Formats: sequence, C-alpha cells, structure tokens
Amino acid sequence: MPEKKRDTYQEFIKGLWRDNPAFVQVLGMCPMLAVTNSAVNALVMGGATFFVLVASSFFVSSLKNWIPKQVRISTYIIIIATFVTVTDFTLQALMPVVHKELGAFIPLIVANCMILGRQEAFASRNSVRLAVVDALGMASGFLFALFSLGAVRELLGEGALFGFKLFSDDFEPWVIMILPPGGFITLGLLLLLFNWLKERKDRLVAQLDEMEIEAR
Amino acid sequence: MKPQTPQTVNATEPGSARLVATLGFAGLLSGLIIVTVFEVTLPTITAYKAKILQEAVFKVLPGSTRLQRLVYREEKLAVVEEVGKEEEFVFGGYNPEGALVGYAIPGSGPGFQDIISLLYGYLPIQRKVVGMEILESRETPGLGDKIYKDAAFVANFDALSIDPEIVAVKMGSKSAPNEVDAITGATISSKAVVRIINQANQQWLQRLKIQQGE
Amino acid sequence: MNELVWIFISALLINNFVLAYFLGLCPFLGVSQRLETAFRLGLATIFVMLITALCAWFLNTYILVHAPYLRLISFIVVIASTVQFIEMVIKKMSPGLFRALGIFLPLITTNCAILGLAIFATNKGYGFIEGMVYALGAGLGFTLALVLMAGIREETELAEVPRLIKGTAMNLIIAGILSMAFMGFAGLFSAA
Repeated sequence: MPEKKRDTYQEFIKGLWRDNPAFVQVLGMCPMLAVTNSAVNALVMGGATFFVLVASSFFVSSLKNWIPKQVRISTYIIIIATFVTVTDFTLQALMPVVHKELGAFIPLIVANCMILGRQEAFASRNSVRLAVVDALGMASGFLFALFSLGAVRELLGEGALFGFKLFSDDFEPWVIMILPPGGFITLGLLLLLFNWLKERKDRLVAQLDEMEIEAR
Repeated sequence: MKPQTPQTVNATEPGSARLVATLGFAGLLSGLIIVTVFEVTLPTITAYKAKILQEAVFKVLPGSTRLQRLVYREEKLAVVEEVGKEEEFVFGGYNPEGALVGYAIPGSGPGFQDIISLLYGYLPIQRKVVGMEILESRETPGLGDKIYKDAAFVANFDALSIDPEIVAVKMGSKSAPNEVDAITGATISSKAVVRIINQANQQWLQRLKIQQGE
Repeated sequence: MNELVWIFISALLINNFVLAYFLGLCPFLGVSQRLETAFRLGLATIFVMLITALCAWFLNTYILVHAPYLRLISFIVVIASTVQFIEMVIKKMSPGLFRALGIFLPLITTNCAILGLAIFATNKGYGFIEGMVYALGAGLGFTLALVLMAGIREETELAEVPRLIKGTAMNLIIAGILSMAFMGFAGLFSAA
C-alpha cells in the first residue's frame, strides 16, 4: 500500500472545514437533523457519532490486513453496529434524560453514510495514525455542524442556549425553528452560507494569482 | 449477509472458509463486547426506569409510598411481579400503613402530533381523579406541550370528579367538578388528554369496583 | 380498526418519515430530479419496508425476546440479507421488474428510513398487522414526499435562481416548506 507522506495537520483540518461532512458533502444528515432542536441534544448526538467514528476507524485500519476484500463491508457494518450499541447502552445508563429525548435516533447512527464512507474511503487504506486523525477531523467537523444547527435552532426557537434564556421576555420564540421545517430551512441556509464563504475565498485566491502573474 | 462479489481479481483469492471465519470471528467479538456492556449498564438502566415510574405513581397518588402492579385476570385483580406482554395493568398505591390509597392507571391515545401516554391517579371510593402526569408526548412546543408544562392545566386533575364523564370546556368556564379548563391554543391536545382518561376509565372502573366489593 | 387507521394516517401524513423525522434524506435529495425515477424508487421503498416490517416482527417475536441487546445488529444483518436474496430472486424470475425496481434495492437497503422503520415499530410495540400497516403508511408517505419534491424540482429547473443557492441548499429550503405544509395535517385524527 503506497503511503504518501501527508501532513497530519492537513488531514485533521480538512474534515473540519474544506471537506466538512455535513456542510460540504451533505453526508449523514438523515437521522441527525431530527435531534438538532437544542444545543445539548446536538452535542450529545455529535459526541456519540464522534466516538463511533473514531473507534470504528481505529479498528478498521488496524485490522485492515486481516479483513478479506469480499466481506469488508459486512465486517465494517458489524464493527460500527457494535460501537453504536455500546454507545446506546452507555448513554442510557449515564444520561437517561437526554437519552429519552434522542431515543430511537441513537441506533440510527449505524445508517449514517458518513461513517461507513470514511471506513471504505480512508481507514481501510491508511495507517492507524492517519485513519484516527482523519476520523477525529471528520467527527469534529460533524460535531461542529450539528452544534451550529442545534444552537441556531434553539436560539431562535426558544430564545435560549443550553436552556439559559438569552433574550428578554419580549422575545416571541419562533417555534417553527425547533419543529421539523426549521431543521430543513436552517440547514439550507447554513449550506448557502458555506457556499458563499467558499466562493468568496476562491475569488480572492484567483485575484491573488492574477496579481502575482501581473507582478511578474 | 452475502459476501460482496470481488471487484478485482486478486492473485491470492481467499477461500470461502476464510470469509466465513472472518465474519464469524467479527460477530463473536462484537457479541462479546455488547453482552459485557449490556451486563454492566443493565442494573443502572433498570434502576432508573423503576425510579422514574415510582416517582410518577407517587406523584399522581398523593400519600402513597409503595406500589404494586395489578393485572386483571379471570375476572379479578391479581398482584404480579412481571406483567405479561399482552396484559393490561394498573398500579396499586399504598400508604406507609399498608392500606390502599388508590390506583394509578396508565392510558394512551392519539394527540395532536403523536401518541400521548399518561398516568393518572384514581380514588375508587370518592370516584375522583387526583393527579395526572404525561409520560410521553410529541405535542407542539409552546402550545400543545402545555398539557404538562402548564401547572394550571395539570392542577385541573388534582380533584376531578369522573361522573358522568370528564368534559373539557373553554378556558375559564369550569363550573362543575367534572370539568377541565382547556388550554387556549391547544384545545385538541387538552381534549385528547381528557378523552384518554375517559377511555381508560371505561375500561377499568368496572374491574376496580369488583376488587372494592371483596 | 380505529387504531390501524390512526397508525396508517400518522405514518403517511402527520409523522411523515421524510418531512417530520428526516429519515431517508439521502435518496430524497439525491434521486428526486425526475418524477418518473422518484415514483419507481418510492414503489421499491414500499416493497422493502413491508419486508422490513416482516423481518422486524419475526426477530422481535422469536429471537430478540431472549437477547434484546442484539437488536441493532440482527436488524441490519437480517434485513440486508433478505433484501439481497429477494433481489436475486426477482432478477431470475422477472427481468422486466428487476430493471424497473431492482436497481434501487441496494440503494434502499442501506437507507436510514428502513432501519428507522424497524426500530420505531419495535419501540411502539406493534404486532404483526400493526407493523405491516405502519410500513405501508410510511412507505406511501415516503413516496408521496419524494414525488412532490421531484415535481417541484422539475419545475424549478427552468426557473432563474441565483447560482449560489442552486442545488442542495435550495432543495432543503423547498423541503422545509413542504414540511411546513405537512404540519397542517397534525390534529387530523384527534379533532373529531
């Protein structure tokens, strides 16, 4: 397996911003949107996904030489499902109140295409160190995305963050934001913001390149 | 799961025994991990569930400090430890002296958004509902969720006559002991709560009366 | 009987899998460019959902009562292999049907809506008939949402939209508006 010398920092940071799984690749949002109606729920869901992704990537990349190609997908799914079940029980024991709210959506982490995608595309082809760094980056990017969604929705929908009221009583909460339509619309608008930031950056880079050419 | 068809022809093709062994080993290992975590977390989870249930029963039946599950079998109520899958049950609440305070009856039915499930306390001699607690609901935040967030609405059920049946009336117009002030803006959710209790009453009152007669 | 109607209507409209639970978003955003394709994907999904409900009921009744902790793994493994098996059978028996629906089957099996259906039906404690009605409602609801979305997208293709918002961002906002419209169905059943 050709192991390119790559910058560990680059592998980490790409998941956080340039290839953010949620905002740029729009992967794995299926079961996640439903639980981003408050910052706490989003953080717990993001944390659970974080654990599952990092642990699965570690195992898949350390076992990659023992897993035959033909059954690799099935094996990955078994590994992922194991960690999801473990997370499910642990959360139920440690944070029963939050677990009740997230409820059926924790098991659905298995169906998060982002996690399986990372195993197939990255962890199974790279060293353990790089795989874990990549997973940490992707998972942090995902956590960041879920948290921004949850924070925006809670702020507008309840006028609060982490349950603390931030506005005076005059603020009429936009209840729609914590209902399903708010999830779709907030994600749509955040994607728009990301597109805009990216385009602005591309334009700046292009301008700089031009200036460089002219300077020569 | 069926093995994936190989996309590229490998020089060293592993035999199917190897494939089965890999999957079997993965399954075994995962089973082992899951069972371990399950055994470790189970006591905490069961204890928490029992505690939540106990709190709910004691809340809807003021004065009770001990509970027992009662099922309706062969025309009478029986105390059971484990409730069968298809069996309906109520909780009997007892005071420190061991005397029956009343029954906590679970009920559920469609609300505005999804199924509402609740627990209410019932005193068979006075024929009164003395407390209500919503166990699960997905009603609209800010409107329908007042059925458990609005203390004034919940207080409607603190001393509520069930004869001839409970009726939800417009906010502020409660005049009889069997009437409930509905929440403005969440009439459907309020009526759903009342309907769920009435339905559970129809199902249980006759059975509880038999117990009383003995 | 009344309860079955509620289960059906609830899964179809009030608690639509896509628009209220965000399940199956990947195909909802990915395979909704063409009305025709969307409709066929919807039919295939209904089919897989019915099989899923059957598998989930079987596992819950006969196996998981003894080993509840294996729920997630057994759901995934059994559903995926059953669907793959049926895919092979269809391929042999009716190539025409396979061309129309079969190509979607692998895509659907890994979909969160399928796993979601199995888990929700279990959590709600549905028996065999309730589970099947729930699956039918959820599948039809998914098809309805997908077809509506595809219809809107075919129309917007010709519209002049700012370049930045075109694509997923706009589709999500359309989905948000659809979801808002579906909120109107809430209370449909309990108003009576």
